Amino acid sequence: MLNYTIRRLVLSIPTLLFIALVIFLLLELAPGDPMGSMPLTIPDDVKQRMREALGLGEPWYTRFYLWLYQFFIVEPQYWIDGAFGTNFANGAQRIISFQSRSPVFDTIAERLPQTLWVVGMSYVVGVAIALPIGIISAYKQYSVFDQAGTFVSMIGFSVPPFFSGVLVIVIFSVQLGWLPSIYDTTHEVVDWQSFKYQLQQMIMPVMVLALQTTAQVSRYMRASMLDNLGQDYVRTARAKGMTESVVVMRHVLRNSMIPVVTVIALGIPSIFGGAIITEQVFKVNGLGQLLIIALQGNDIPMVMTITFLLAVLIVMMNLIADILYGVLDPRIRYD
Amino acid sequence: MTDISTQVQPPVETPEKVRNQWWDVWEQFRSHKGAMAGLIFLIFITLFCMVGPVVWDVDPGKLDIRNKDVRPIYTAIWDGDAKTSWARPMGTDHLGRDIMANIMQGGRISLAVGWTAMVLAILIGTLVGVLSGYFRRLDWALMRFTDLVLSLPLLPLLLVMMLLFRDPLRAAFGPENGIFILIVFGIGITSWMQTARIVRGDVMALKEREFVLAARSIGTPPRRMITRHVLPNVLSPIMVSATLGLATAIITESALSFLGLGFPSDFPTWGKILFDSVDRMTAFPERVLWPGLAISLTVLAVNYIGDGLRDALDPRIRGL
Repeated sequence: MLNYTIRRLVLSIPTLLFIALVIFLLLELAPGDPMGSMPLTIPDDVKQRMREALGLGEPWYTRFYLWLYQFFIVEPQYWIDGAFGTNFANGAQRIISFQSRSPVFDTIAERLPQTLWVVGMSYVVGVAIALPIGIISAYKQYSVFDQAGTFVSMIGFSVPPFFSGVLVIVIFSVQLGWLPSIYDTTHEVVDWQSFKYQLQQMIMPVMVLALQTTAQVSRYMRASMLDNLGQDYVRTARAKGMTESVVVMRHVLRNSMIPVVTVIALGIPSIFGGAIITEQVFKVNGLGQLLIIALQGNDIPMVMTITFLLAVLIVMMNLIADILYGVLDPRIRYD
Repeated sequence: MTDISTQVQPPVETPEKVRNQWWDVWEQFRSHKGAMAGLIFLIFITLFCMVGPVVWDVDPGKLDIRNKDVRPIYTAIWDGDAKTSWARPMGTDHLGRDIMANIMQGGRISLAVGWTAMVLAILIGTLVGVLSGYFRRLDWALMRFTDLVLSLPLLPLLLVMMLLFRDPLRAAFGPENGIFILIVFGIGITSWMQTARIVRGDVMALKEREFVLAARSIGTPPRRMITRHVLPNVLSPIMVSATLGLATAIITESALSFLGLGFPSDFPTWGKILFDSVDRMTAFPERVLWPGLAISLTVLAVNYIGDGLRDALDPRIRGL
């Protein structure tokens, strides 16, 4: 297992390098110009010098190498310096945003908590709703509850977050006036009153994102439970005289959770993608919104870094899902 | 209807009656209520968008400031003072453009993007899947490539592509065709991977079957083998993933339009109408409702059709 993990970790390095190259070349091929938003009155030779100051004069492979160096060597050095007060970085050049002229990672660190709160909470809520639905749907297959569960997950698959988000805003903020429609990230929780407000403003974005998760995970949970409920060991357990709750909740559930856990791990990156849209709907100033702003401003280092971070997340989650599968199911042997 | 049919004995089928495979599938598909409802709705919405403009010949882009902000006709039921007009059954927007005509026009674009992008994705996916499943030498490289594409963050990359290639394509093919090509191409090349994986698995299993061995032993060349023996047998998973592909393509196009990176604003699609209406949803909630419902119901219908197709095409779970 350890061998397998190490091999996969080593293999993921070329994968990530290739992904970085693809993203970099895509941005490179693009005709967009970071100078495009500058006033037309700037003379051409000044523009040329500004371009060089941004590092755009170098050939692409030099800049690609520099970006990799900054991402993998310089930025971690700054983290270590920040955490332990050392001085490894020694004033080395960090990845700088074209728009704000500040280090990209500082901006990302500012935006990350908002996204993590909303996305993370919605994922937890979504999974917590999905698991019981899946279990009951499978146990009472073709019952009214199962039909309703199927219908709800169909809706979750079909209604895009930009419509469900707008719809709940119209219903709960506009018509009923119960909940605020804009997520206020400067809000701080100090007492019960402000905690209630925080809950109120989080309900809608969290539930909109959770609906997507619930739809997916509950389907997998149901299918996995159905697979296991028909197995011989279930009959054996019942024949031994075990109570139904022990059979279902202990024997069947544990075995059914194995594929579901990997699905849950694999779904984490896609929920960050969904957050791009949800943040736009509820005006959360998180990572997704940062990406959109950076895209519109031709801020290549920012776009590159955020996109690559998402790619790292996907690769890592794939790896974790595979390893978890091996750890949870001793029948799986990666050799 | 139902109680009559249970009482009457079904007529004994004459053995001469030709029952081909697709007729069986259709019979099975018809028994799936959700799938039939989905199919009927999809046909309805397609006709609404395609034939609708012939009947309802209002120019979707025509400005009519005098009749701006007309509420839909049903508003009159509870609010007699509301500005309604039978000539504008779904109301008009802030520039007096007819919403029903816009929904029809937008639906044409959304459905066209969905269908073409899906066909493109299925073509790429089937090609990669068949090649890597049938030719062992290509398998490793093609599957590593598929895995790599699967680990790309697709939505951000699609946004990057939209933003960066919009202007050159617009210049080359005209504002509407350029964006259309870009969106279809973008969605197509980012959603073929699941199809490729499923097709590859099925092709590999098929290759071990006796009829393939028999065909090979009489000297069938690989090209003929794929078109005559392999492709017809992997058609059902391809059809199922085609329905899923259509649903995702419609949603992705609307999402791009919603993020302001899709079609230009004088060129309505469902996602674009929804995006443009969000600013005024407090006063005019119906303007977000119509395009949103159109997207959601179409995707729901397509998903149910996919469900029904899966049941109908898989003989093992048939009749459950």
